[in-house]
Amino acid sequence: MTKPLISVKNLTVAFPLGRRLIGTPPMVKAVDDVSLDIPKGSFVGLVGESGSGKTTFGRAILKAAPITSGSIQYDDGKDSYDIGTMDRQQERSFRRHAQLIFQDPYAALSPRMTVRDIIAEPLEVMGLTKSRAETDERVREIAAKCRLNLEHLRRFPHAFSGGQRQRISIARALVTSPKFVVADESVAALDVSIQADILNLLKQLQRDLDLTFLFISHDLSVVAHVCDTVAVLYLGKLVESGPTREIFANPQQDYTRSLLAAIPSLDPDRKSRIPEFERGSLSIES
Amino acid sequence: MSLISVDNLSIRFRTDEGLITAVENVSFDIAPGEILGLVGESGSGKSVTAKALMQLNGGNTVYDPASRITLRADDREIDVLGLKRERDMEPIRGGMISMIFQEPMASFAPALTVGKQMVEQLLIHTRMTKAEAKEHSIDMLDRVGITEPAKRFDQYVFEFSGGMRQRAMIAMALSTKPKLLIADEPTTALDVTIQAQVIDLMKGLVEEFGMGILFITHDLGVIAQTADRVAVMYLGRIMESGPVRDVIRHPAHAYTQGLLNALPKLDDLDAPLTPIPGDIPSPLERPSGCVFHTRNPNHVPGSRYEREVPPMSEVAPGHFAALFPEDVRRTA
Repeated sequence: MTKPLISVKNLTVAFPLGRRLIGTPPMVKAVDDVSLDIPKGSFVGLVGESGSGKTTFGRAILKAAPITSGSIQYDDGKDSYDIGTMDRQQERSFRRHAQLIFQDPYAALSPRMTVRDIIAEPLEVMGLTKSRAETDERVREIAAKCRLNLEHLRRFPHAFSGGQRQRISIARALVTSPKFVVADESVAALDVSIQADILNLLKQLQRDLDLTFLFISHDLSVVAHVCDTVAVLYLGKLVESGPTREIFANPQQDYTRSLLAAIPSLDPDRKSRIPEFERGSLSIES
Repeated sequence: MSLISVDNLSIRFRTDEGLITAVENVSFDIAPGEILGLVGESGSGKSVTAKALMQLNGGNTVYDPASRITLRADDREIDVLGLKRERDMEPIRGGMISMIFQEPMASFAPALTVGKQMVEQLLIHTRMTKAEAKEHSIDMLDRVGITEPAKRFDQYVFEFSGGMRQRAMIAMALSTKPKLLIADEPTTALDVTIQAQVIDLMKGLVEEFGMGILFITHDLGVIAQTADRVAVMYLGRIMESGPVRDVIRHPAHAYTQGLLNALPKLDDLDAPLTPIPGDIPSPLERPSGCVFHTRNPNHVPGSRYEREVPPMSEVAPGHFAALFPEDVRRTA
């Protein structure tokens, strides 16, 4: 058994509810004691409804959310990081290994920068290239991999459609040659005809560039199609995880079953069922 | 007798770059108690079409003179586009036709209680007294499955959860007993489990009140579960329309087929996802002839689809597609 690329152990992320003059405010646990291994080269789906903590979990791995307790280890064989305790220097070098693709390609790109500058920015900020020529070369290489027209690199984002913008966001995330990518609802804002194109591109890039994906989505049918393994979160807790086909064919938990039953079927004669599930609430600790 | 008839609806917008066509030659009918699904991707003109039914499009809207929207209610025929004054529209907006929007948070006023907003519209559209309106509103909140309706009546929207807001929105839209309900992506912002509840609720209410619903969504799965008939729009034109079973099982138009092939299906995980090639053209570069020919994978260069607009040909009883007669393969 090979070592996982990302190993999350008993992770809890809690946020304070307001502020108190005296003493500490009650804390709401967005992620509550979650352990999950992400093997190298896998495409892991993270599903759950709004408020289930899936985005917070993804952010914690990228050190963009406070880790209240538990640990997150990154180990790609060459470099390893303890994400909870690393210092600023380590954090800077970790950034190039782990990247994020956002949900909304309209909000994620600066309207004042050309496509070339948008894609090149991470390289320049991290000082990964020595000359402008080298940066350009790297930008052209990744843009071609993301199936962007190289003629378009001098244009501004407003000239592009949603699907093209998402390809620009993906190129920007991949330009530093990361090993691990968090895709947070990266196809949710796209039309179905374009969604399929972006999903196929992500799978292609995963194979070509040897990437490991954490694919966060509320859409179970999308997850079923692209992910090898899936983890289901509910109210910050990990409900179930395992190989996608097993989970979809034979869900063990009531919550997973109710999620699957609620998906509207394309067959008009097969009715989706209203889940019979008593909804709980996030745990709050004072 | 249909409740509302839309005939040859064409809508253009005046912009700095000139007139932009948003909707072109759209026709459909909705009967009482019928749910018509209007499917399309962004920019297909589905919301613009829906807003035209209440003349809610902005001041830069130009309706083609040949467009007709006829609303039939209480033995009267109303030519909706013929109403010029805002005052004449009042009995229609919120009275005869109600609308449910995608984002329930943005559609309620944040500084007024939910109850106050529900009562206000009842006072405008019905002859109820304030006390009757309050009683009726609480009853409606109860009917859509909101627990402790009397307590909820005095709360603000921020105190409601997402699903509850959408239920309150539906309760409000239905409380004036409209003849037609327009639901514009009513479940898109909701989680799947709540979506299933809202769909079920809406279908139950159609049966009970006998109203017609125009259900707008981009999700074919939601359409399959709710609509009786469906119309598929692309770049402002209807590409295909017909009974929902027939259209989903035997799509005749390449665009409908493309949409279905691009959709991830839970019962066949090995099926590859096939995107529709290309991107949606900018409204300023509207293709001539069949608007879909630039992205149609089966398009034969030089065919008449590049120059002529295909008519709506009947491919099966009540099932129409924008195809020239020679391309109609009857599925008898």
